[in-house]
Amino acid sequence: MKKVFIKETNIITPLGFDVSSNWTALVKDQSGIEIQNQWENIPSVYASCINTAALNKAFDAVVTTSAPFTRVEKMLILALEPLIEKQGVKEDTLLILSTTKGNIFYLESGETAQAYLNELAEKIARYFHFQTRPIVISNACVSGVMALSVAKRMLQMNTASDAYVIAVDEVTEFVLSGFQSFQALSPQPCRPYDEKRNGVTLGEAAAAVYVTVQPDDAKAEIIGDANINDANHISGPSRTGEGLFLSIQAAIKEAGISQHAIDFISAHGTATLYNDEMEAVAFNRAELNKVPINSLKGYYGHTLGASGLLETVITIESLCRNLLISSKGFENPGVSQPLNIIQQHTEKEMKVALKTASGFGGCNSAVIFKKTE
Amino acid sequence: MEQPLYISQTVVIKNGTYIHNGKELLHSSASDMTGFIKECYKMLGIEYPKFFKMDNLSKLAILAAEKILQGKQQTNTALLFSNAVSSLDFDLKHQQTIADKEAYYPSPAVFVYTLPNICIGEVSIRHQLKSESAFFVSEKYDTGTMFDYTNYLIQQGKADQVLCGWINQLHDAYEIVMYLVDKQGERIHTKEEINKIFN
Amino acid sequence: MEALKRELKERIIEVLNLEDIAVDDIQDNDPLFGDGLGLDSIDALELIVLMDKEYGIKLSDPKEGKSIFQSIETMAQYISENRTK
Repeated sequence: MKKVFIKETNIITPLGFDVSSNWTALVKDQSGIEIQNQWENIPSVYASCINTAALNKAFDAVVTTSAPFTRVEKMLILALEPLIEKQGVKEDTLLILSTTKGNIFYLESGETAQAYLNELAEKIARYFHFQTRPIVISNACVSGVMALSVAKRMLQMNTASDAYVIAVDEVTEFVLSGFQSFQALSPQPCRPYDEKRNGVTLGEAAAAVYVTVQPDDAKAEIIGDANINDANHISGPSRTGEGLFLSIQAAIKEAGISQHAIDFISAHGTATLYNDEMEAVAFNRAELNKVPINSLKGYYGHTLGASGLLETVITIESLCRNLLISSKGFENPGVSQPLNIIQQHTEKEMKVALKTASGFGGCNSAVIFKKTE
Repeated sequence: MEQPLYISQTVVIKNGTYIHNGKELLHSSASDMTGFIKECYKMLGIEYPKFFKMDNLSKLAILAAEKILQGKQQTNTALLFSNAVSSLDFDLKHQQTIADKEAYYPSPAVFVYTLPNICIGEVSIRHQLKSESAFFVSEKYDTGTMFDYTNYLIQQGKADQVLCGWINQLHDAYEIVMYLVDKQGERIHTKEEINKIFN
Repeated sequence: MEALKRELKERIIEVLNLEDIAVDDIQDNDPLFGDGLGLDSIDALELIVLMDKEYGIKLSDPKEGKSIFQSIETMAQYISENRTK
């Protein structure tokens, strides 16, 4: 089977509009989470939101067409643009978009036809002159990781020799109100794995990753992946962490490594009572409880369809720079089984990282990266 | 040498009919989709109270999968579903619950279905499938991608069978096409054969 | 109180999509969760929305829900004491 590599990455977040400014902010322990008062029925809610004026300014500097673009489209274009500048688009280059709600804000004004996810993907594909039809994955919060898994599989199938995987979601009243109805919004900035955790903090971001079968100058190889369902409940994760455990096992098996070769884990860690507990169970079953682990949601909030890819980009940075980022918001363990939560930024020689995600519908995804030397 | 794969079963649900392997099992007398769905539920002899809490995408996916998966022991059946509308049907419903700022009552039972992959979750739960899955959105069924991805999953040992589904429904309009790809059978799994199921 | 209990049963059947259940099938003191009607975590959250929407009661601590939602009887009792609609 062909090997598939991650060669370029980029992210657009409240902490910065490229990877290096994000990394600098993370190292300084900065978070994008702030109190937001823009939603009348959801007053004083913590969320990690991109400054719209800054987004518009950055966008206008790069894009000169007068065609209107939505916030979500601007985020995607800004994320993808520098990658395409460097690597270009071939006849068979794939474009894979991960998002849960895309331009859902259109429903507020009844412009339903504009909210179609396929429309969003096509618009981005047209802008960058892709010649293949874009592929859209909308699979709850695992979408970002799953999209990477699908890209890798497509390249292994010889469908193409390279692909751009992009992901986005924005904070909207649509989603906030939904989490509100689930009593799942934390009144404080979220605290993954902590005993005082009580819910999610939403965030928004866009991410772009270039994957290719060419190993030259690649950052990391995708050596194993799996996306397995709990088959338990549509909103509550499996108490035995079944799907996540099976996904991790399958990814490890495909990677041809032992679980002890994993140097660190970037987990999902949404800070709900049930998700974090489920992950603790799954990671223990997989004998990964001693591996340094973090959730990045204390810095970025839960960016839904973007989260898997955004957090993968930071995971790759950690791997390449041999620096573990602390799991912001964690102080005291609040899960029933032990985990080795990273409590401060730590230097560590690393080769292999595991990224996991879980989501509504009982879905789970696990991908393993090996740094290329 | 890659092993040949086969389309072993098909279900098509559209225009008030339920067709399994080319044979019409139900031609509905109901004038609306809700009535039709109930008729299918009864015809299939399903007893599953959770059914009535589901959104329409999930109900239709459960109905289609029932004839294909009922009684089967196979659990490593991957689920690759897709549609054109994502979860727009229930997205609109959720939007309604938050449209009036004075009567603002978002409902968790509605919100959970504002993700199209939930229908995969519902089929997984009913048939206890702890398997690979993915939900794609495309204007029309992406035969090429689904064909390649299905082959990959079975040939790489990530699944023993793949249940491919087009679960498209918005308001009262619906079109469901499902087919099972297996290691044995008579009808060879090709893009042409897949397109035939849709026509 | 009888009218309220009846109304509650009707509303619960509707809001929780309990298809084959009639008002007379629900006994006042039957457990709503666990074995009784087999309601789950999403149903519990829906009942919280119901309390707000129909009776103007906002549950400040969702954990309170456990004792309030034990049965139709306990729900009706709580509603009659706290309703603002």
